[in-house]
Amino acid sequence: MSAHADTHANDDDHGHHHKETFVTKYIFSQDHKMIAKQYLITGTIMGVIGVLMSMMFRMQIAWPEEPNVLFEALLGKWAPDGVMDADIYLALVTIHGTIMVFFVLTAGLSGTFSNLLIPLQIGARDMASGFLNMVSYWLFFLSSIIMVISLFVEAGPAAAGWTIYPPLSALPMAQGGSGMGMTLWLVSMAIFIASSLLGSLNYIVTVINLRTKGMSMTRLPLTIWAFFITAVIGVISFPVLLSAALLLIMDRSFGTSFFLSDIFIQGEVLHYQGGSPVLFEHLFWFLGHPEVYIVILPAMGLVSEIMASNSRKPIFGYRAMIASILAIAFLSTIVWGHHMFISGMNPFLGSVFTFTTLLIAIPSAVKAFNWITTLWKGNLQMNPAMLFSIGFVSTFITGGLTGIILGDSALDINVHDTYFVVAHFHLVMGISALYGMFAGIYHWYPKMFGKMLNKNLGYIHFWITAVCAYGVFFPMHFIGMAGLPRRYYTNSNFPLFDDLANVNVIITIFALIGGVVQIVYLYNFFSSIFFGKKAPQNPWKSTTLEWTAPVEHMHGNWPGEIPHVHRWAYDYSKPGHDVDFVPQNIPLKEGEEELQH
Amino acid sequence: MTALLTIIVLVFILVAIWQMVKIFDLAQAKNENAGIATDKDNTMNAYLMMGFLAFIYAITIVCFVKWGDLPLMSNSASEHGPTIDNLMIISMVIIFIVQTITQFLLHYFAYKYKGEKGRKALFFADNNKLEAIWTIIPVIVLAGLIIYGLNTWINIMGVDESDDPLVVELYAQQFNWKARYGGADNTLGKANVRLIDIDRANILGLDEADPNAQDDVITTELHLPVGKPVLFKMRSQDVLHSAYMPHFRAQMNCVPGMITQFGFTPTVTTADMRETSQIQEKVKRINDIRVENSKPLLAKGEEPLEPYTFDYLLLCNKICGKSHYNMQMKIVVETQEEYDAWIKEQKAFKNSLIN
Repeated sequence: MSAHADTHANDDDHGHHHKETFVTKYIFSQDHKMIAKQYLITGTIMGVIGVLMSMMFRMQIAWPEEPNVLFEALLGKWAPDGVMDADIYLALVTIHGTIMVFFVLTAGLSGTFSNLLIPLQIGARDMASGFLNMVSYWLFFLSSIIMVISLFVEAGPAAAGWTIYPPLSALPMAQGGSGMGMTLWLVSMAIFIASSLLGSLNYIVTVINLRTKGMSMTRLPLTIWAFFITAVIGVISFPVLLSAALLLIMDRSFGTSFFLSDIFIQGEVLHYQGGSPVLFEHLFWFLGHPEVYIVILPAMGLVSEIMASNSRKPIFGYRAMIASILAIAFLSTIVWGHHMFISGMNPFLGSVFTFTTLLIAIPSAVKAFNWITTLWKGNLQMNPAMLFSIGFVSTFITGGLTGIILGDSALDINVHDTYFVVAHFHLVMGISALYGMFAGIYHWYPKMFGKMLNKNLGYIHFWITAVCAYGVFFPMHFIGMAGLPRRYYTNSNFPLFDDLANVNVIITIFALIGGVVQIVYLYNFFSSIFFGKKAPQNPWKSTTLEWTAPVEHMHGNWPGEIPHVHRWAYDYSKPGHDVDFVPQNIPLKEGEEELQH
Repeated sequence: MTALLTIIVLVFILVAIWQMVKIFDLAQAKNENAGIATDKDNTMNAYLMMGFLAFIYAITIVCFVKWGDLPLMSNSASEHGPTIDNLMIISMVIIFIVQTITQFLLHYFAYKYKGEKGRKALFFADNNKLEAIWTIIPVIVLAGLIIYGLNTWINIMGVDESDDPLVVELYAQQFNWKARYGGADNTLGKANVRLIDIDRANILGLDEADPNAQDDVITTELHLPVGKPVLFKMRSQDVLHSAYMPHFRAQMNCVPGMITQFGFTPTVTTADMRETSQIQEKVKRINDIRVENSKPLLAKGEEPLEPYTFDYLLLCNKICGKSHYNMQMKIVVETQEEYDAWIKEQKAFKNSLIN
């Protein structure tokens, strides 16, 4: 019904005043704001599961094979007498990675904020297709359910690492988790990819077609640029993972040999011939690497917006920021081989990928310096969102810098698949993207729920999380440089790494504190929905269009006409104005020049 | 029952924390524009930013002092090792400088420009010169790193067959390693997992008809003569594995269905390595820990942990299943004479078959 109406969403007359039932408003909603909230809450629940898993396997790493009453309670048969089983350890690591990368930081982050902000910030009544948007969310929901169900199968959940390299992931006799658990993992991910593609197509179409009058591409807030380019990368790369998953399903269930060849396992030779696991690695990382930018670009967009608003300054180098997003997006599709320097692929190819990979440092450096310069001579409003944004830049730099070691094929030889890698990517795309997500939630909570979050709880949340994030991942670089491989169930099986055991205890303690402190955030989030103070229309005095929409949500976003845009999104503290922000819908004063940045 | 009780206790703890947060929440006056930072908040968080900068510096120093003496930075046991270590140190120095400066600027600006009511920020939207500077400087630094890095990479990966390297096959399976030597002809016989015949003890699937295979030697320890180039041919029979030899700065995946390779020249014998001060310190450190860890064992009347002596290890570094953590092989680097004596004691393939 409203699907039809929404295709005319940009019409100034949005006359569909049909009745909403509970089901159409809260469940099968086609309103982008409600879908954003659905994404956020589903992502939050998956995030809680993912973080709990990491806390469990961190305890195993710190106190290997010690009976733990928590394991006994939570893992049941997988922790006989409270000692964690080695298979379930790998499963926890695998599912933690899958959930955090895809379900939290792709769907939870991009899904939430693209949905919430694209129509509101470009001045549209809704997404181009509200119906596809709804389908996209429900496919995501379905894939989440299947992923959670996969935790409970008899032989254990998928345990081949989140990269599910065959043959390990293809052969149930190689690992218990590669049976039903992996089947469900693949089904879940196939549905997830469908959801992501529908979402991305919608975002692209909406940004291109439904911008309000005056909203040229160079007046778009950087959030929209980030979401737009993210969606483009997603459309380019996610189908490749889908094909990899489908081919893997063929190998597993229908006897084809795309990825498998010459295998002797448990006393018998398998029939597979002529396939190559390296092919899978190429297909996987053709998505897998762009994926980290799918995760981090939206966070970058959110942070750019929040930093400008809270610094009361224009974002520094708006055009350079767009150019660097484009450069990162382009380069992100031609660097996947840096995950495969020692996979057995031709070393010459390794050289090419080293070259392209290190190039990414240039647009990344431009972005980091531009953020820092945005703070310079600002009037910084230290709202929780701003703290998370500054935290984002800090962890992005710390984590990003070690990329020049890992991207360098010669150096990668010795730190590949060690804890150095784990530390690197958790800081640069895990923690950073999570900070971007938190920053976005603290900043746009008033827009989403019409209520304010408690800022003091936000401060507690940020500072303890920030200390714990460094406490966990900074020392981790050093055990990695000492040669400790990742995904080891215990490091005490042979004495070589005995002297690193105490570092792992420290890391785990920080991880546990950092995990538990998220309760502060969860409390703040859920209780403020009901008991929070009512939000003013534009609490942060921002310039973008979403703050011109009423606090109470309504279909079509604006009563009456959609605002027209007369200036870029960053007229903060512009000379010649009495207030320190000029919203985008305010016409230029007589004689005022629009800066062409 | 314990499980249920634990879950109940856990839930109670979570509820308690939740309630504590709630008390904190409710105890605050909600009237003064709750949710939006005031000048007081700005000042407090600005100081915390400086505190956090100090924390980042402190954790960096602590990590470098306590764990910075790494086997990865020095003490390599292969010919190409020092070139990797040099590149690593150069990269680390660059990272360290950039990290120190940028974190300082970020946190210092956050402190310096904390918001005050009535102050107006500088409208500063663009500066081409500045942006050109921080585009060009990374370009130059990275160009240097790329050239140095690629040079190193090509030198390491390019195997010079004219050196007449010792050819050794590293054979991976869940969850152990085997090494195969070419024997007197230094040529590995043809092999395929389809030829594996457990009953005849042909465990690596060598082609019994291939004359080159007859004198091949299969071992469970990897012995290498010092100073002689080795070319490893990696093979896996089941899933992906990775042959990781951190002391030699060497690693290559073992891929079922294909043969991968990596070559290096070991330069320090196991005996010599044990004599180096770094390894002696490490061994002492580990043995102190092991003595400490043995105390509870002894109290229970069990055997104490064995003292540790240093050995080079080959580790599996690609997730390969349940016992991935327990898949390693001892590497012994020794003089040519010792090596010759050792290899002479090993059984040739043709003699190891059960008929």
